[in-house]
Amino acid sequence: MIENIFRPDFFASAIRIAIPLTLAGLGGVFSELSGVVNIGLEGIMLTSAFAAVAATNFTQNVWLGIAFAAITGILLGLVHAIVTVTFKANQTVSGVAINLFASGITVFLSWMWFHESQIMVMYKLPFWGFPIPNPGETTPLVRSLIIIFAHHSPMVFLTIFIVIISHFIIFKTPFGLRIRSVGEYPQAADTLGVNVSSMRYISVLISGGLAGLAGSFLSLEQAHYFVKEMSGGRGFIALAAMIFGKWTPFGTFGAALLFGIGEALAIRLQGIYAIPVQFINMVPYLLAIFVLVGAIGRATAPAADGIPYEKGMS
Amino acid sequence: MAEYLIEMKDISKSFPLVQANDKVNFTVKKGEIHALVGENGAGKSTLMSILYGLYQPDEGDIFINGKKVIISDPNKAIENKIGMVHQHFMLVPPLTVVENVILGMEPRKNYFFVDLQKAAHDIKELSEQYDFKIYPWSKIEDISVGIQQRVEIIKVLYRGAEILILDEPTAVLTPQEVDELFKILKALKKQGKTIIFITHKLNEVMAVSDRVTIMRNGKVVGTKETKQTSTSEIATLMVGREVLLTIDKTEQQTGKIVLRLEKVNSLNQQRYAVLKDVTLSIKEGQILGIAGVEGNGQAELVEVINGLRPITSGNIFLYEQDITGFSPRKIRELNIGHIPEDRRKRGYIADYSVAENLVLGSHYKPPFAKGLFINFPEVNKLADRLINDYDIRPASKDNLLKSLSGGNQQKVIVARELYKKPILLIASQPTRGLDVGSIEFVHKQLLLERSLGKAILLISAELDEIMSLSDVIAVIYEGEIVEILENKNIDRSRLGFLMTGGGSPGKYNTKQDTLVG
Repeated sequence: MIENIFRPDFFASAIRIAIPLTLAGLGGVFSELSGVVNIGLEGIMLTSAFAAVAATNFTQNVWLGIAFAAITGILLGLVHAIVTVTFKANQTVSGVAINLFASGITVFLSWMWFHESQIMVMYKLPFWGFPIPNPGETTPLVRSLIIIFAHHSPMVFLTIFIVIISHFIIFKTPFGLRIRSVGEYPQAADTLGVNVSSMRYISVLISGGLAGLAGSFLSLEQAHYFVKEMSGGRGFIALAAMIFGKWTPFGTFGAALLFGIGEALAIRLQGIYAIPVQFINMVPYLLAIFVLVGAIGRATAPAADGIPYEKGMS
Repeated sequence: MAEYLIEMKDISKSFPLVQANDKVNFTVKKGEIHALVGENGAGKSTLMSILYGLYQPDEGDIFINGKKVIISDPNKAIENKIGMVHQHFMLVPPLTVVENVILGMEPRKNYFFVDLQKAAHDIKELSEQYDFKIYPWSKIEDISVGIQQRVEIIKVLYRGAEILILDEPTAVLTPQEVDELFKILKALKKQGKTIIFITHKLNEVMAVSDRVTIMRNGKVVGTKETKQTSTSEIATLMVGREVLLTIDKTEQQTGKIVLRLEKVNSLNQQRYAVLKDVTLSIKEGQILGIAGVEGNGQAELVEVINGLRPITSGNIFLYEQDITGFSPRKIRELNIGHIPEDRRKRGYIADYSVAENLVLGSHYKPPFAKGLFINFPEVNKLADRLINDYDIRPASKDNLLKSLSGGNQQKVIVARELYKKPILLIASQPTRGLDVGSIEFVHKQLLLERSLGKAILLISAELDEIMSLSDVIAVIYEGEIVEILENKNIDRSRLGFLMTGGGSPGKYNTKQDTLVG
């Protein structure tokens, strides 16, 4: 029973499931480290998932589809930044607005442009990973490792690359230092000539771009179609991964993998036991709740997270 | 070379409703320590914010080395070698010392990366030059306030500042840290740095400055050579009338014992003893002052009496009623007044109005509560009365507490704690961060309560305050009362000796009844 579940392809699928959570979670990391709460990740993912499919089908090029998804994410990030940084509106309300907007606009445009609610993708990314060797060609261990880690879409590798780059940007560059200072104590950064607004703008745009990539992975790589509400709460799970990962890139990736395992498990368990599928589908979300409860007290958000910065108010 | 390094000429700046600076002339010589004094709201911070580029003056010019400059933002100030150490530290707590110092002008390596090693090396060098004893890799949240202030000074020096503005640098420091700071300031002066030092503590002006400029109501009312002036002259200029710097204390008949602690012990979260066998008592009409270096159990003592901290053994009595283990509310209802040490944290709610803050703690009882609701007519009536009685300014009950000056915030707390005529008043650092006028007010209130036969527990880091107000002084060291003395002809240096562990712990605390007399 157990050995039927925990096979190499189980872990491979956990990694695939973790990819959009990681990308969106990284988006959350950038945004929140700079002091802007971005619960609009969910909506940005959804809109970008649609944008990716639409652009791919129009241009017949998957890369352009991904690029378009990222641009869509950045544009929605821009909206969030204008509303919350320039006009200092409540960040949660702005995020909710983005999510509601996303639900509506994606359905509207898919009917207007494609006249249907589920849009298939006709094109695929090239495969750059390792092919799975036939049993007997190599040792079973090597074969398993290839299945788990190497037989993946280019976006999986791209994501891992982004995790590493993000770590260096945040912790090793002047830019990262400034982002962190702005999210912790913007007054201090301001007195040292760091431009709080532009730091937050850049961070929220990065956040949108990453959530956009996450959306494109959902529709182009995981589902190969777009359907309404297909983000299905992953934006929020990504935020949970960010918190569990203590607002660090590697931590977020690790937490996303955990959630990936949860969801992969839910998929495998379907049909095995006489448990209603709705209950099994709860597994990743229950996992999120338990993880968050367990992480309370140990995870501290950036001190100025969620608070608009006003000059001269300390 | 001009006569003055800095010359601010006819500076005016007004905010809605306030003329913060009114044709101010202010000059600083190169290499001097210049004290800028004035009551809260006199305009000193505004003037310095203009010099540092945080505000633009409505009128007037700034000259540095005789050359006219326009300081449009802090970056311009830094270009002109002006640095500012803010009263509320501008340090990011979870970041390290290095990261805080370099923020905004990070040295780079390989173009993309911060060169933390080089920065740490430079900081170490600066630290050694002035004997700062700073470890560059500590996180700000892990180091003491005194060290944090040095990080602020290093931050300014790292940016090449020749002129340092320090905004009330001693407000947050313990007396020992103040002494250390003064050493640093003198060392900086020796290196040719120019220092502007905002304060309202007159003994500090005398101790460290070369010249002093006094401001009142947005105007400069005088600039003096420190050696040729006196604290009383400065105080009179500051307040605009004569101020009683010495406290006029009359003899007071004492009555029954109000508060009695018997062998009280308490542990902190790390299970470490913070109060050890504390035994003391306060009588009606008596002020008992706790002298001690901060962090020796004073805060815990107050918490224990207020029921905010559990005790492991011992008893607390209020008029022979054993109140050990009572909840904070129950203890408050026995009519104990408490002026807390940290008013921002425990004294008031910044986003509540003056009126709301004045009824905090009584808000749930008639006449201020009517069923489930707050009875605002009654609350407002009380607020109007207290604002008038205690001269809280501005005189509006609807202002948010955070918009008031520190002195007036403290007046709100004092009013709230005193109007109910408490039988015991616990005053913890009651004048911290206040200007001379407000200090005088608080001291008068404490003495008034004493003359009404109330018992007062006074805790203060200012030895002068303890010595001038108390009838009895208990010296605390590492959670133990090492000696209880009647406040008559006490030798200051002996107190200092006891406060720093020179007494023999535990020897005197059982004899206190005979000593208190």
